[in-house]
Amino acid sequence: MSTALNETKANWEPLIVAFCCTWCSYAGGDLAGTSRMSYPSNVKVIRVPCSGRMNPMFVLRAFQRGADGVLVAGCHPGDCHYTTGNYHGRRRLSAFKKLVEFAGFEPERFEVRWISSSEGDKFAEEMETITEKIKALGPNRKMRDARWQSVT
Amino acid sequence: MPRTGVFICHCGTNIAGTVDIEKTVKASRSFPGVVHADDYRYLCSEMGQDIIKNAIKDNNLDRVVVGTCSPRMHEQTFRKAASEAGLNPYMVEVANIREHCSWVHRNMDEATPKAVALVRAAAAKAALNDPLEAPAIEVEKRALVIGGGIAGIQTALDIAEAGYVVDLVEREPSIGGRMAQLEKTFPTLDCSACILTPKMVEAAQHPNINLITYSEVEEVKGFVGQFDVKIRQKARSIDPVKCTGCGICYEKCPAKAPSEFEMGRAKRKAIYVPFPQAVPNIPVIDRENCLYFKKGRCQICAKECPPQAVDYEQQDEILERRYGVIVVATGFDQLDPSIYGEYGYGQHPDILTGLEFERLFNASGPTAGKVVRLSDGKPPKKVVFIQCVGSRDKARGMNYCSKICCMYTAKQALLLKEKLPDAKSYVFYIDVRTAGKGYEEFQRRAAEEYDVAYLRGQVGKIFPENDYLVVRGVDSLSGKTIEINADMVVLAAAAIARSDATELGRIVGINSDSYKFFNEAHPKLKPVETHTAGIFIAGACQAPKDIPDTVAQAGAAAVKAIGLLSKELLKGEACTAEVNQAECSGCLYCEAVCPYNAINPVEIEERYHGGTLQRTVAEVNPSLCQGCGSCTVICRSGSINLRGFTNEQILAEVDAICLQR
Ligand code: SF4
Ligand code: SF4
Repeated sequence: MSTALNETKANWEPLIVAFCCTWCSYAGGDLAGTSRMSYPSNVKVIRVPCSGRMNPMFVLRAFQRGADGVLVAGCHPGDCHYTTGNYHGRRRLSAFKKLVEFAGFEPERFEVRWISSSEGDKFAEEMETITEKIKALGPNRKMRDARWQSVT
Repeated sequence: MPRTGVFICHCGTNIAGTVDIEKTVKASRSFPGVVHADDYRYLCSEMGQDIIKNAIKDNNLDRVVVGTCSPRMHEQTFRKAASEAGLNPYMVEVANIREHCSWVHRNMDEATPKAVALVRAAAAKAALNDPLEAPAIEVEKRALVIGGGIAGIQTALDIAEAGYVVDLVEREPSIGGRMAQLEKTFPTLDCSACILTPKMVEAAQHPNINLITYSEVEEVKGFVGQFDVKIRQKARSIDPVKCTGCGICYEKCPAKAPSEFEMGRAKRKAIYVPFPQAVPNIPVIDRENCLYFKKGRCQICAKECPPQAVDYEQQDEILERRYGVIVVATGFDQLDPSIYGEYGYGQHPDILTGLEFERLFNASGPTAGKVVRLSDGKPPKKVVFIQCVGSRDKARGMNYCSKICCMYTAKQALLLKEKLPDAKSYVFYIDVRTAGKGYEEFQRRAAEEYDVAYLRGQVGKIFPENDYLVVRGVDSLSGKTIEINADMVVLAAAAIARSDATELGRIVGINSDSYKFFNEAHPKLKPVETHTAGIFIAGACQAPKDIPDTVAQAGAAAVKAIGLLSKELLKGEACTAEVNQAECSGCLYCEAVCPYNAINPVEIEERYHGGTLQRTVAEVNPSLCQGCGSCTVICRSGSINLRGFTNEQILAEVDAICLQR
């Protein structure tokens, strides 16, 4: 049995994976840094070219590997660097969210946000918000793959 | 097994202040594939780069991970360093432990484990990196300019002067655009034709410029350096080589139609040139109104034409050409003020738009230059100008300021006083906006020296009474109701995007803002670029603007175009999609989602039960693909992957980040 599953609420810190598109949200994250804003280190960012690159499989994998929350952030609709990528992303991911909800998983663990490269403050705020929300929800136990945990 | 080297940067104290470098380096040594780990005070410096280069050689590294600032800062620097040491530049991965870590977390206890996780993820990704090659694209040394107004003419002239061939496509029979419709220009009161006509002629005679008038762009394919364009050259019904421009044909033509150039306020013939200074000076037959095309009888023009240039059989022609760059300069339209019922536009001949009123001053305009009422031909004594008709009107019109109206209204009021010293002008305005060199002074002069009454307020109703128009409004400064018995009313109708701008944007690959004006790539730093490489915009198709701004933007677009044309080869995107054709089912969903039309069906031959089988599969053109990755997700069989951001790489990053549990 891994230690992770034995965690008590008191010492538990959530792990949140944030997939950010390189043109807007990742740059917004850079701006949050340059502006020395602070947000919880629970969030770790993975850079993708576009929110349209987001395969729901990546989100699922994060949950299986024990992430407690997943955020996908991209350019505001209409501002996609590739013109239409975030529209595709939006449709796929909202369908996906419905699907995990249907499967009995807490949909609040998965969020999609639009953060532009000039919204460093919004980036920091969103990271803060999702961390708090996930803290309130507690650890992700439903989707976590115990076999993976025991390997590590 | 990969041989990865990890290099952690202190960035002075920027990183080292909150991330325990020693711990991070030590942890890195335990990551799969990592055979070397080191740190340095400033990795981006010459010295720092040398440390990486030497380590690559000494340890025979085949991939490099740097834990530094954002890849948006220095990815290029480290890629270059790696390639100088003989590595493919795409074997480098960056862990952003500054902007995304040390700068946003307060202490070492928080930041260090996160830095370790980010480096671990980068190393996991790097282990799956493949060497990539950016495609080299040959540049076709020819430019296409769409739109023959002052913006397009200036762009074409500037590009042509730099030594490149330019095709200038204009949809009307003549170049000249909106500026050709103007009588005088503010704030200098230059005669518009006097400064424009020489430019039109220069464009027509320039050895590097081909005018393609009465033509429209129908299709754009390809990418920066190699755009393949189809242009429909509409049948003029005149042989341009034979035509001498004598004008006998339109003198004799018996059929009339409303003149587009005069916005329907005058008639032209069925065979016509839009205005006397037209370039090229070659008429066209408007087949909808020509008696011969309508009824099969007439042919007077053909009989009268001395060089026998009339050709009723002429067909539309499709030109197919390749261009390195495209500049779109298609200008603007005027809002139709009849949506404002209270102004009565369209219901009375003496209620005009600003542009229609402008034509009354012009010697070749509907009134031969006499400023008179169109209803009875009498000179007006009182003229009311109404500003912001459709501009700055969130509820019914456009939210924005059309930028030119305050100035042209001042100009017209001034010109009116010079023509008719007894006439009195009234201007209803919300604010008077005169930002521009010499503009404020000009507007003041109109108000003070030319006795123009500026009334702050809005007009609620206009209606005819006796032989005048009652203009009823409110002076918002005094709160009083004002009534003016005007002889004419001039509406400063909003400058709006061309009605078919979205359609052209779709063909060329430019997106539009919520008002259908073309979007620049960055509102401050890339004002003439668009999101599509090699496609630029100039003039009022981007937003309403006056002539000086338009000309300046045209010059800027030309410089950008010349910059590209001056290169022999362009470097394309290395991180592009690739199809596993053995697995592709040929459904072509990917083709539909690709915003760059980079995916096409191809036929392949496969061995099947001893024989061969023809099958359709998808293929990505790496020069067109910009690497967005949309196709990879739509593909149900998972047959497309994105180089540089493969499914496997992203999943490896996810796994590595989650390992901290
Ligand atoms: S979506 Fe996938 S299967 Fe369909 S054509 Fe494209 S690559 Fe082939
Ligand atoms: S990655 Fe994007 S640009 Fe490239 S082929 Fe796929 S959809 Fe088109």
